[in-house]
Amino acid sequence: MKKYTTPLIDELEKGPWPSFVTEMKKAGKHNEMANDAVGHLEKCYRTKMGYWKHGGIVGVLGYGGGVIGRYSEIGDEFPGVAHFHTVRLNQPSGFFYTSKALKEICDIWDKYGSGLTNVHGSTGDLVLLGTKTDALETIFAEYSSRGWDLGSSGSALRTPSCCVGQGRCEWAMYDTMGLTYALTQEFQDEIHRPTFSYKFKIKSSGCACDCVASIARADMSIIGTWKGDIQIDQAEVKNYSSKMDIKAEIIDMCPTQCMSYDGKELKINNAECNRCMHCISKMTKALKPGKERGATICIGSKAPIVVGSLLSWVIIPFIKIEEPYTELKDLIRKIWDWWDENAKPRERIGEVIEMKGMRSFLEAIGVPPMPQQIREPRKDPFMFYTEDDIASYKAKEAEEKKTGKYKF
Amino acid sequence: MALPQRRTDIGPPHFEQFLPPVIKKNYGKWKYHEVLTPGTMVHVAESGDKLWTVRVASPRLMSTDTIREHCDIAEKYCGGYLRYTTRNNAEFLVSDEKQLEPLKKDLTARGFKMGGIGYGITNVVHTQGWVHCHSAATDASGLVKAMMDELYDYFESKRLPNKVRLAVACCVNMCGAVHCSDIAVVAVHTKVPVVNHANFKNMCELPTVIGACPTRAISPDPANKSVKINADKCMYCGNCFTVCPPISIKDPERDGVAIVVGGKINSLRSNPKFSKLVIPYISNEPPRWPKAVAAIKHIVEVYAANARKHERLGEWIERIGWERFFSLTGIDFTFQSIDDFTFMRDTMRTASTFKW
Ligand code: HEM
Ligand code: HEM
Ligand code: HEM
Ligand code: HEM
Ligand code: SF4
Ligand code: SF4
Ligand code: SF4
Ligand code: SF4
Repeated sequence: MKKYTTPLIDELEKGPWPSFVTEMKKAGKHNEMANDAVGHLEKCYRTKMGYWKHGGIVGVLGYGGGVIGRYSEIGDEFPGVAHFHTVRLNQPSGFFYTSKALKEICDIWDKYGSGLTNVHGSTGDLVLLGTKTDALETIFAEYSSRGWDLGSSGSALRTPSCCVGQGRCEWAMYDTMGLTYALTQEFQDEIHRPTFSYKFKIKSSGCACDCVASIARADMSIIGTWKGDIQIDQAEVKNYSSKMDIKAEIIDMCPTQCMSYDGKELKINNAECNRCMHCISKMTKALKPGKERGATICIGSKAPIVVGSLLSWVIIPFIKIEEPYTELKDLIRKIWDWWDENAKPRERIGEVIEMKGMRSFLEAIGVPPMPQQIREPRKDPFMFYTEDDIASYKAKEAEEKKTGKYKF
Repeated sequence: MALPQRRTDIGPPHFEQFLPPVIKKNYGKWKYHEVLTPGTMVHVAESGDKLWTVRVASPRLMSTDTIREHCDIAEKYCGGYLRYTTRNNAEFLVSDEKQLEPLKKDLTARGFKMGGIGYGITNVVHTQGWVHCHSAATDASGLVKAMMDELYDYFESKRLPNKVRLAVACCVNMCGAVHCSDIAVVAVHTKVPVVNHANFKNMCELPTVIGACPTRAISPDPANKSVKINADKCMYCGNCFTVCPPISIKDPERDGVAIVVGGKINSLRSNPKFSKLVIPYISNEPPRWPKAVAAIKHIVEVYAANARKHERLGEWIERIGWERFFSLTGIDFTFQSIDDFTFMRDTMRTASTFKW
C-alpha cells in the first residue's frame, strides 16, 4: 500500500477532540480506498480546494436513490478514490443498536467498501462513505438479506428520522420512534423511487425542545405538544427552591408571564401558557405536561437555496398521534397530491406554498384558517375575495338582521 | 461464492430489537432525568427503574475499527446496547449501576472523551467538505476538529449560561441546518465562476444551466455556444457548477468562511430563530483555521460574560440589541450584514430607539 506523507492533516491529530484524520488513517491501514482518501485529503489541504465531481447516476437495480455517486477529478493520482460512492443505510429509529448488529454492518462494509462511515449523516441515515460502482449490487444483497435497507436520496421522501422520544425521555408527547418506523414502512416506494418534484423530509420530535431540529430542516415537522393543565408536584417544587431561584429562573422567564410563586405554592394560569417547555425542562421532577397529548404539524422548512431559508409554518395546531396513524398518513398523501399538482421541478413544498398561497394549500388538505397558524394577520389590504366568501359574509349579515345580534 | 438473496423495500429493522430490556420495560413511562456530570445522566422511570447514559464525543467520520471498539465496550458494560445521538455522539446505556464507574474508567483509559450534556458545548453538526463533496468551499471535519480542540473545556466541564449549539456548513447549501445554530460557520465562494466555453458544448445542457441559477445571472452566449454570467447578479452559490462542471467556481485564495450567530431550534421561552451574519469573510486557513476558531471562541466568551442564566445566545442578543452585540464583541459591522436578498424589509430598523 502506498505510504503518503501528510504533514498538514497530521496537525489535526493533535488536541483533545477525537480526530477524523486518525480515523481515516486507522481505516487506511487495512484498506486501499481509505488509504488513498488520506492522500487525497492532504492534497485538498495543500491546495485549499476539493476535487470531487458531482454525482452521476449510480445505484442498485429497482431503486432510484440511496447511493450518492462521487468521483474524483484526480482519480489517476489516487485510484482508490476514483469512484468513492456513498451508501445511505436506513438507520433504526432513535439510533439504537446492539453490538451484534453494528459489527455485522462493519464486517460487510470492510469487505466491500472503504471502512469509513458517518455515524450518522445529518438526514439520519447511517452513511457508508466510499465504494466502487461494481460493488453496489453485492453490498445491497449483503445488507438487505440481513434486514438492512437503503435510505433515500434525490427527489424522494428522505429517510424519516426522530428524537429518542419515549425510549428515554419523559417529555415525549407521542411515540416518535414508533411513528417514524411506521411512516418509513408505509412509504417505502416513495423513499426508494424518486418521483417527487424535489426532496421531502419528515422529522419527528417528542416536544418543543425539538432535539432533531425538525422545525428548521423538515418539510413536515411533527412536534409533540399537549392540552390541559401542567401537572405540578408542589413537594418537588419545594425541593427545587433550595437549588434554584424559582422567581428569577422560572417565573420571570416564562414568556407568557402565566406563573406565580409565593414561596409556598407554584401556580400556573394554564389558559395563558403557550407550552414552551421552559419551566418543565428546568424542573423536570416537579412539573409534567398536561394529560391530553398529541402533536403540532408544521410544514415547509428548508435551507437557504434558492430564495432564502424557511422555518416550518404551523398548519395543524393539534393532532392525535396514535397507531395505526391513519389520519396522519392520509394527511401526508393529501399534501403530496397538492404539491405534485402545483410544483415546478426542484421546488420544495414551502416554496410552492409561497407561490400559490397558503389558502390554496389549506383548502386542498381540508384545514380551516386558525389564528394559531399565524404570528400576526396580514398588513396589506390586497386580499382576494371569492364569490363564496362574499356570499358567506352576506349570509352572516342576513342572520344578524334576524337575530338582532352582530357576529363579527 | 453465491450472493445472498437481495430483498427490496423492507425498510430498516424494527428498533425494538435494539432496545435494552430496561427501556423496553419502561418505554413511554419515564418520570424524570438528572444530569450527573457533563458526560453522564440518569433517567428514572415511574417504576423506579433507572437507566444511566454515558455520552462520548465522536468525530462523526469514523472507521469501522472505532465502531467495533464502541461495540466491545457496550458488550462489556451494557449488555451490548448502545446508541448515537442526533449530534453524532455515542451513548453507552447502563442498566446496572455497578457498571457505571468501571465503564467510565475504561473509557478514560481508552482515550474516549465524555461530556456534551447540559449547559456547555456538544458535538458540532457538520457536513462533508473536502472529504466527500463536490460543492465544498472548505473542509467541515477539519474546522470542527480545530474548533472543538479550542472549546474542549466547554464539552467536558466548563459551563455556560445555556447550551451553545455549533454547526459548520461547507457551502451555502447548508446541509445539516446550520441556519438555526447559536454559532455557525458557513463556507462561501466569493468570485463569479469562470466558464470554459470549449467544454461547455459537450458537457452541459443550456436550459438546465440557465434554470439552475437562483438570481437569473446566466444567459446564453450564442457566439461561443455557451453561457455568460452577469457579475452584478451572481452571488456565488455554485449551483451552476453543480449542474455543469466546466463552470468553475473553486478558488483557493478567495474561498473562505462566514460566521452567523443567534439561531435557535427549540421553543423554550422564545420562538426558533435563524442565525444572522456577523462576520462576512475569513480566509480558508487549513489545517487549523486559527482566525475562524478565535472568532468563535471570542463570541462564546463575550456571551458567557454577559448573558443571564438560561438565555441562549440569540435571546441575549435580542435583549441587548444587535448594535450592542457589535460593540461588546468589537466585531466590525459591514455591508454584508445588511440583507439585500429576500429579507431586507423585515430586518431594517424602523424606529429611532436604538442604543449608542
Ligand atoms: C438545496 C440545498 C442542498 C444541496 C444543493 C445539497 C447538496 C448535497 C450534496 C451534493 C450532498 C452530497 C455530499 C457528499 O458528497 O456526500 C449532500 C449531502 C447531504 N445533505 Fe445536502 N444539500 C442541500 C441541502 C440539505 C439540507 C437542508 C439538508 C438537511 C437538513 C441536507 C442534508 C444532507 C445530508 C444528511 C447529506 C449526507 C451527508 C452528510 O450528512 O453530511 N442537505 N447534500
Ligand atoms: C438542474 C439540474 C441539477 C441540479 C440543480 C442538481 C442539484 C443537486 C442538488 C441540490 C443535490 C442535493 C440533493 C440532496 O440534498 O441530496 C443533488 C444531488 C445529486 N445530484 Fe444533482 N442536480 C442536477 C442535475 C443532476 C444530474 C443531471 C445528475 C446526474 C446525471 C445529478 C446527480 C445527482 C446525484 C447522484 C446527487 C446525490 C444524490 C442525492 O442525495 O440527491 N444531478 N443535485
Ligand atoms: C391603500 C392604501 C392607502 C390609501 C389609499 C391611503 C389614503 C390616505 C388618505 C386619502 C389620507 C388622507 C390624506 C389627507 O389628510 O387628506 C391618508 C392619510 C394618512 N395615511 Fe394613508 N392611505 C393608505 C395606506 C396607508 C398606510 C399603509 C399607512 C401607514 C402605514 C398610511 C398612513 C397614513 C397617515 C399617517 C396619514 C396621515 C393621517 C393624519 O395625518 O391624520 N396610509 N391616507
Ligand atoms: C433547551 C431545550 C432542550 C432541552 C431541555 C433538551 C433536553 C434534552 C434531553 C433531556 C435530552 C435527553 C433525552 C434523552 O436522550 O434521554 C436531550 C437529548 C438530545 N437533544 Fe436536546 N434538548 C433541548 C434542545 C435541543 C436542541 C435544540 C437540539 C438540537 C438542535 C437538541 C439535541 C439533542 C440531541 C442530539 C439529543 C440526544 C438525543 C437524540 O439523539 O435524539 N436538543 N435533549
Ligand atoms: S425533542 Fe423533547 S421528547 Fe424528544 S428527546 Fe428532545 S426533549 Fe425529549
Ligand atoms: S411551559 Fe412556558 S409558557 Fe407554559 S408555564 Fe412553563 S414557562 Fe410558562
Ligand atoms: S454543505 Fe455544501 S459542500 Fe457541504 S455537503 Fe452539503 S452540498 Fe456539500
Ligand atoms: S454561482 Fe450561483 S448565482 Fe452565480 S451564476 Fe452560478 S448559479 Fe448563478
